[in-house]
Amino acid sequence: MSNPFQVVVCASVVPDPLQTLEPVTGPNSPALKNEMMLPVILDPWAAHALYEGANLVKKVAGSSLWLVSMAPKAKLQQVMMTVAQKVPLQLVAVDGSSSGFADAHQTATALAAAIRSIPGIDLSRLLLFGGWESASRSAGVTLQLVGEELGIVDQFQGVDAITPQDDGSFEVLERIEGARHQVSLCAGPPAVLGWATGSLGEPRNDPQVGMANMRTIMPALQRAVATTISSDGLQYANVTTPKQQRQTRIVKDMPADEIATEIVQWITQE
Amino acid sequence: MENILFLAHNEADGALSKSALEALGAAIELKQALDGTFAAALYGARIQPAADSIAACGAQRFLAVCGDDFAQARHPTDAAACEALVRASGATIVIAAASSRNSRVMGAVAHRAHGRVDTHVTNVSASSGAPELTRWFYRQRIEGSLTRTQRPWILLLDPGACFPWQGRPGSITPELIDVPLSDSLRRTSVRGTVTPSADQQTIRPDANLLFVAGAGWTKKQKDGQTHVPEAESLILDFLRNSKASLGGSKSLVDLSGENQSTLRFMSHLNQVGQTGATPRHPKGLSTCCHGEEPHTVGWRFIGERRAINLDPNCGWARGKADVLYVADAFEVMSKVNALLSAK
Repeated sequence: MSNPFQVVVCASVVPDPLQTLEPVTGPNSPALKNEMMLPVILDPWAAHALYEGANLVKKVAGSSLWLVSMAPKAKLQQVMMTVAQKVPLQLVAVDGSSSGFADAHQTATALAAAIRSIPGIDLSRLLLFGGWESASRSAGVTLQLVGEELGIVDQFQGVDAITPQDDGSFEVLERIEGARHQVSLCAGPPAVLGWATGSLGEPRNDPQVGMANMRTIMPALQRAVATTISSDGLQYANVTTPKQQRQTRIVKDMPADEIATEIVQWITQE
Repeated sequence: MENILFLAHNEADGALSKSALEALGAAIELKQALDGTFAAALYGARIQPAADSIAACGAQRFLAVCGDDFAQARHPTDAAACEALVRASGATIVIAAASSRNSRVMGAVAHRAHGRVDTHVTNVSASSGAPELTRWFYRQRIEGSLTRTQRPWILLLDPGACFPWQGRPGSITPELIDVPLSDSLRRTSVRGTVTPSADQQTIRPDANLLFVAGAGWTKKQKDGQTHVPEAESLILDFLRNSKASLGGSKSLVDLSGENQSTLRFMSHLNQVGQTGATPRHPKGLSTCCHGEEPHTVGWRFIGERRAINLDPNCGWARGKADVLYVADAFEVMSKVNALLSAK
């Protein structure tokens, strides 16, 4: 295949899902209690996009992969210690908010500027990858907005597969209602692909890949441009953690027959 | 004064989906609360049946973009159609259902119209004369209400969050908006849809019950052996008898990607939780799943919850389920199936 891609994956960091999240009032918008202390991970759907992007780059000779990430620099550095061992990548870091309460529009503007500043980037060969939603804001529009900023009109969301064709085009599977996939054929890059889970598992940690990546990741983190996200007309009236605790009845030592009867009654009652 | 626009696409049969009618209901309620103007706009290949079905909704204007180019759910043409409708209507608030088709384009439409977009909206209300929306943050773990000053403000409503509009069909002739399309907007062609390989359709969004299978179904049982074929048979029988929708935990779904022995009908589309779906069902029954937090964030919109697990200290026991049965799911589900099939 002689049609290399330039794959840029946008991915931020989110609190480890095992952590308890408690909203507090910040200076300009809501925030999380002890936000800077919370352990973070790479945003899960965006992580799938990264693994799929790396796989595509490996399959299509001459292709390149960048990871563009906007998050507080210290958090990004923490996450990169793990992510760097997964796949070969070049990091472009933006030192900014990764909060779920930050506005998607301003985040997109900052990401688009970072992508434009990548040395040697050819926007006509660009495949812009990312998660179709984040696990923080779940807006599902940040990638679309980055695509619009970069003038990319072919966009796909909820992507589970991309299959490059010999003529430079590629087929895309997107999730749609009814547990189905829509199959589209795009003439070629540039395009935006917001990934769902794809089909690849998480790559094993490879220390050699990690060492090679860290040579460029640390300078990238040092170069990270600080970006401020303002409220920009967005005002929060109320942010709460709803009561989730239920009074669980724990049923032990009940014969399976009786459990089955109870479950069937429960299922069939209106 | 707010100019409210209800924006929808028709389905393959020409009608509007239930979620579109829910968005219409929300738009009408907001119009009444804000005392603004109200318009309805449709896009798709054939919009007349859909327009007639909502002729009595009270819209002061009906707008439409239609034609064969808009038959496909394709980003460039759909975005162009929606942008034209938003501009032609002069809308300040746009309300649409969060269908995959709308969700794919509304960010772009907001950008082109110099507006803002918010998604996963679960409620729209008028607070002190201004629209205010409610949505979830951090995967259904924090709920917030917000307002914006920018216009147009596009809101995508999650399905099941509002009551659908009901009214008699009538006859209406929408104003047709012309949308010139260049070849650069036709670089993508939609080839059709595929259903993932499965013995049967297991995801049923309208089901009364969500049945979730965890990785425990594929693990060694009391006899030291795995019983995956038996698990498949039990689960499929249960789905057949109960008409439940099937969900899976990430750990179970991931097994198939790692080529381990797993349930053949389980795919990533079944996955519920942090990186999966957040379905809405009145009841949910979890089996062989530990109820860890990343999984249960997907249970936010499940009403009554019960779980079957051998571990009395699993996550479900810590206030996440209404009832936890400490039992062998193989044994219980085979008896449940016997009872259901006898009914």
